[in-house]
Amino acid sequence: MAERPLIEVRDLVKVYKMGGQELRALDGVTLTINHGEFVAIMGSSGSGKSTLMNVIGCLDRPTSGQYFLHGEDVSRMSVNKLAEIRNQLLGFVFQQFNLLARTSALENVELPMIYAGVGARERKKRATEALERVGLGERLDHTPAQLSGGQQQRVAIARALVGRPKVILADEPTGALDSKTSIEVMGLMQELGREGITVVLVTHEADVAAYAARVLTFRDGRVLSDERREPVRAES
Amino acid sequence: MNPLQILRIALRALTRNKMRSFLTMLGVIIGVGAVIAMVAIGEGAKARVEQSFAAMGTNLLIIMPGASTSGGAMGGFGSAPTLTWDDVRAIQNECPSVKAAAPALRSNAQLLSEEMNWSVSVQGTTPEYFIARNWPAELGTTFSQSDVDVGTKVIVLGATTASKLFGPSSNPVGQTIRVKNIPFEVIGVAAKKGQSPMGQDYDDTAFIPVTTFQQKIQGGLQKYMNGTIFVAAQPGEVAKAQVEVTALLRDRHHLLAGQDDDFSIRSLAEIAGAQAEGTKTFTTLLASVAAVSLLVGGIGIMNIMLVSVTERTREIGVRMAIGAKPRHILAQFLAEALTLSMFGGMIGVLAGTWAAGYLARQFGWQTLIRPDITIIAVAFSAGVGIVFGMYPARKASKLDPIQALRFE
Repeated sequence: MAERPLIEVRDLVKVYKMGGQELRALDGVTLTINHGEFVAIMGSSGSGKSTLMNVIGCLDRPTSGQYFLHGEDVSRMSVNKLAEIRNQLLGFVFQQFNLLARTSALENVELPMIYAGVGARERKKRATEALERVGLGERLDHTPAQLSGGQQQRVAIARALVGRPKVILADEPTGALDSKTSIEVMGLMQELGREGITVVLVTHEADVAAYAARVLTFRDGRVLSDERREPVRAES
Repeated sequence: MNPLQILRIALRALTRNKMRSFLTMLGVIIGVGAVIAMVAIGEGAKARVEQSFAAMGTNLLIIMPGASTSGGAMGGFGSAPTLTWDDVRAIQNECPSVKAAAPALRSNAQLLSEEMNWSVSVQGTTPEYFIARNWPAELGTTFSQSDVDVGTKVIVLGATTASKLFGPSSNPVGQTIRVKNIPFEVIGVAAKKGQSPMGQDYDDTAFIPVTTFQQKIQGGLQKYMNGTIFVAAQPGEVAKAQVEVTALLRDRHHLLAGQDDDFSIRSLAEIAGAQAEGTKTFTTLLASVAAVSLLVGGIGIMNIMLVSVTERTREIGVRMAIGAKPRHILAQFLAEALTLSMFGGMIGVLAGTWAAGYLARQFGWQTLIRPDITIIAVAFSAGVGIVFGMYPARKASKLDPIQALRFE
């Protein structure tokens, strides 16, 4: 029997009610993403890509349809169970980095492990390793205000990595960065992909999507196209 | 997450905004401080009243003869002589709960020493009086039963009277003074007793044997004693003694059931109880005013916590995204509110204790810090933290992570 896909989505529908009007943000999406894939989800704003990201990220539950993550049906799980899934299987990277202000890089990276109940010594060891992994071994004590945008995003990636997730979900990770640092960050993402971590990237920029081996294009809550191609390699 | 981690996260969040945290705590500090100081003042006042009653003797019963009726006009208590010398002896001998019973006849008289004179209420009594009122001699001695039997002309001065006649810190024992022109030998000065709860000076008096009083001051022997009887009950048996004395006197006076007593008994414990009730009301009033300010402090905490939740909406979103459960968020904000209120409470205890001490020194008030009130105040402030912190914390824990992450 073939291995089940890491992410399996069937007939996913998400309806928002806004002032009496129904908005179908996702309108019957079916797709699978396998272990180790580097997937970019593209589309203009309002295409449903962010909603899909939220559902895949277990931050939101679909109105109907099924979602299997790592073989488990997460579409009907409780809020608490979803928090555990996010903590153990997923890692988030946001456009605005979303690091805790006035908190050192090390402590920011330790945060997911606090909720996972990892002991203090182990936390510090793993957080240090994760920061070394993204090339910030020298800046453990720096607060976000003392780091550049690219460095902050690296801290965020370290935070996403430290819980040893199956999937890293990156929502416009280069949206707040200049082109040079964007390339560095994308290079880092590609390295993670080569190490076997599945990366799902949401972007509206074709340049950024070009680093992915597979591009899903969304329009009006549906998958418009699903292409596989040779990714551009970031020189980092 | 263990409680220690939660506390550390809370402390970190609070120290980020030190001034704001301090100002928020100030409400609780003032509230708890006020409770501590107010109760200390109230309790101090109560202790003072209790002390003055203790000086008077709370195990004391005062028996007064009944009222007289002449032509429909009722005289007050003591206007008709109904108590006899035999009554006094009977109370002393037949009531098991009575430690000592002594008559006290009073008359105002001018006392003359060599140099000065002073008008006091002279009391004719027996040696039991000094036992009943727990009032020993400071200098010299009190008179004995043989003095009463013989009717010797000896006098025991109250401390105030002694200093008025012979000057302060003098020893008048052995001196002769004249009472209504009759010479008396001073054989003792009674110990200082202080003030009655009504502010009367107990020490402004003098004692002579009761027989001497009757012969020289009052004139003539009488069957009825025209005065009051002081009765000291055995420790803790005031109520019992009152019942026994009442039954005995009714029996001796041949009163039928349904007939009114022809005497009255006053217990100082009753008066003391009423006074204590008064100061208790006072303390309760002060404490409730202070509790209101503690409540206002709680509202201050709620206000700041709500601001804090709004400010940190994004942080809450991030924490949720990386795996915080609603209860983690709840615990975090509740811990912050609790930390504010508990620290505020503890600082308030120190501030209140200091304020009570300051007032005591400044105004000469007596204050009393009660440990139980201190613990209650801190516990109450913790309760305030939980109650007023719950709403903002719940609000934070119920945030939608997507909305929270998007919050600007």
